[in-house]
Amino acid sequence: MPRDTFEKQVNDLKKSLLDLGALATQTIADGVDALKTRDRVMAQSLIERDAEINRLRYDIEERSYELIATQQPLASDLREIIAVLLVAIELERIADHSKNLGEIVLHMGDEPLLKPLIDIPRMAQICESMLSQSLDAFVRNDPALGRAVAQRDDELDELYKQIFRELMTFVMEDPRTVTRALNLLFAAHNLERIGDRITNIGERVIYAATGRLEEINVQTAP
Amino acid sequence: MITLNQAHFRRRKIVNAVMLALCGVATLLAIIPLVWILVYVTQEGGRFLSVQFFTDLPTPVGVAGGGVLNAIVGSGIVIGIACLIAIPIGIIAAMYAAEHPNTPLGIAVRFGTDVLSGVPSIVMGIFAYTVIVLPQKHFSAWSGGFALAIIMTPIILRTTEEMLKLVPRNLREGSLALGASEWKTTLQVTLPAAINGVVTGIMLGVARVAGEAAPMIFTAFGNPFLSAELDQPIATLPHTIYVYAISPYKDWHDKAWTTAFVLIALVLGLNIAARVFTAWRLKKMGWR
Amino acid sequence: MLNIQATAARDAPQRVKAFVRALDDNAHLDETTASALKMRVRALDFYYGAFRALAGINLDIFEHRITALIGPSGCGKSTLLRSLNRMNDLVPRTRVSGEILLDGENILAANVDVVNIRRRVGMVFQRPNPFPKSIFDNVAYGPRLLGVTNRQDLDEIVERSLRAAALWDEVKDKLNESGLALSGGQQQRLCIARAAAIEPEVILMDEPASALDPISTYKIEELMQQLRGQYTIVIVTHNMQQAARASDFTAFMNMTPERAGRIVEFGVTRELFTNPRQKETEDYITGRFG
Repeated sequence: MPRDTFEKQVNDLKKSLLDLGALATQTIADGVDALKTRDRVMAQSLIERDAEINRLRYDIEERSYELIATQQPLASDLREIIAVLLVAIELERIADHSKNLGEIVLHMGDEPLLKPLIDIPRMAQICESMLSQSLDAFVRNDPALGRAVAQRDDELDELYKQIFRELMTFVMEDPRTVTRALNLLFAAHNLERIGDRITNIGERVIYAATGRLEEINVQTAP
Repeated sequence: MITLNQAHFRRRKIVNAVMLALCGVATLLAIIPLVWILVYVTQEGGRFLSVQFFTDLPTPVGVAGGGVLNAIVGSGIVIGIACLIAIPIGIIAAMYAAEHPNTPLGIAVRFGTDVLSGVPSIVMGIFAYTVIVLPQKHFSAWSGGFALAIIMTPIILRTTEEMLKLVPRNLREGSLALGASEWKTTLQVTLPAAINGVVTGIMLGVARVAGEAAPMIFTAFGNPFLSAELDQPIATLPHTIYVYAISPYKDWHDKAWTTAFVLIALVLGLNIAARVFTAWRLKKMGWR
Repeated sequence: MLNIQATAARDAPQRVKAFVRALDDNAHLDETTASALKMRVRALDFYYGAFRALAGINLDIFEHRITALIGPSGCGKSTLLRSLNRMNDLVPRTRVSGEILLDGENILAANVDVVNIRRRVGMVFQRPNPFPKSIFDNVAYGPRLLGVTNRQDLDEIVERSLRAAALWDEVKDKLNESGLALSGGQQQRLCIARAAAIEPEVILMDEPASALDPISTYKIEELMQQLRGQYTIVIVTHNMQQAARASDFTAFMNMTPERAGRIVEFGVTRELFTNPRQKETEDYITGRFG
């Protein structure tokens, strides 16, 4: 009973974070869909949504500051609120990367795709699944799940390398394809970066649960 | 770095032990008279103690047996009258003095009490004789109770006042903050909180006047028969002791001792009863 | 367990819009400040003899909110608090000027009935001060003063007040035991119940948790949150963190060079503790005082 009010505030904050997480997850799917179907309306909506997602992040950030300033959280409470704060920032960045997918769609105009999309949707699927798992790990305060999620980043890195090699082949065969290849490469790169952000979320989960700061697989993309 | 000086430590320990021993000796010296009196009175007075002593009236010189029933009842009546007068006046005046310590009347009450408690008891007797016995033209239980009340009032007043002052201001404020008047606060909160000390004060007063013989000579006067007439002379224990003790008869001397023993036992019993009562009350109220 | 993918339906754009709209609504209707003024202190000066203890105090107290008074020792927090129900009347040789309005009526006016003011503005003290009476009689004390004698009515009031103070479950089987037999934290909640029994509109709390251990302190703070919305609460606290945790508004008081208390800054608590407007406030709450 002693700190019901505080607990409620923290729970509300976590609920808002999960809302933000759900919205960010959605942007990944929508970004790749827009790319696949060349849906400019969807692309435009991603850009508009990003501004609003940013506002949500600032709201979470502000409430975290207020909780720290007024409730003097300590130990697990402190780690949890700091984790919420940092995860919110990562989620907002993920939405930024999705927004970039929308911008690529608008940028490409009516130009046909260089090749049918196979690996990029696969990357997006992995990202979505990793993100929802990492948020599950956060809710359950489960460091093992957080670590497992982060390790899936390797799959993304592999796919990204593969896409990179593939697109290079196209460019070498016909240098005129370079713009179209770079558009797709940029899309894949954004998804690869989303994977890195999710890894960071996994690290925050581990910190919140155990108090240890550990860095998970530092493999970088070429 | 301070180096430890063993000699210095030893000296300190010795001084400590000596001082402690002195304290013990002083305490013993203080108790010895009390124990001595108790033992002596018990020895001298206890010998002739019997049930008849409590239930019979006095017998003339040389007649064996007899008791001091008249004096026990008389003392009870006179002290009762004194309590009826002194307790309400003492407590109410103490309430005023404790609440308003710096007002002219508060200062006057305290000063008057201090002076009054310094006046010898025989003077109180003469005073009661002058204002009650002389106009009425005869001795009475009333006048005895009145004289004792004047002796008792300052004792009750001062102890009650001190006890009321010891009650945390906090507690009074709690009541005042609920919209209680000062009078209600004192009566319902401060006084119950100080009741232990107040009862002790009353017991001190009773113990003090129960042994007063001098004022009785001028007021209650004494009465060899059992009497409950407030308007008539009445026997009291200290006066009985006085009369027996100054007589030239051996058996009256013995009776004086026995009466003294009864008086001491009664006062002691009363005190113990009061202690038990306050302890029970404190426990009920959770102060302990 | 919350399943993110399930919650993330296809109507994501609409969901974002709804969320942001909620944020906007909150910005327009700040829950903390959306409240009437219960008490207003205007140009209050307070003197102990010749010493001016409070200088030109202006303070607004919002209805059904918690207002905290913080500041260093001797800055006049308690004096100000005790002015709000005229407890200072009891201190000899004090003088007061200015206005304290309770629902617009000046409680310092000469014709005001102090007993009535104290009935409307209750008080809880620094040290728990239950009367040496039973738990029941402690709570019933105030109602009895107001003339409630019916046993059934008293039973009801006592139960309601003890429930309001989150103490009922702990004492319901021992209402006839002494209030002094309770623990410190329970005693303080008993005092809150006692204050609540006469249904005051405002409850003043003078460092209500300073004599209690941390758990009891949190319980009192939690209780304040429950009472908030029903009562207007003003709390003096030495403990800045407590003001930060438990209040909606905070007034920071400090002394003038002549040692008279004044209000340096008044504001919404979370703003005052994250972004104070005055350097003096910042120095105090960051511990860089003087």
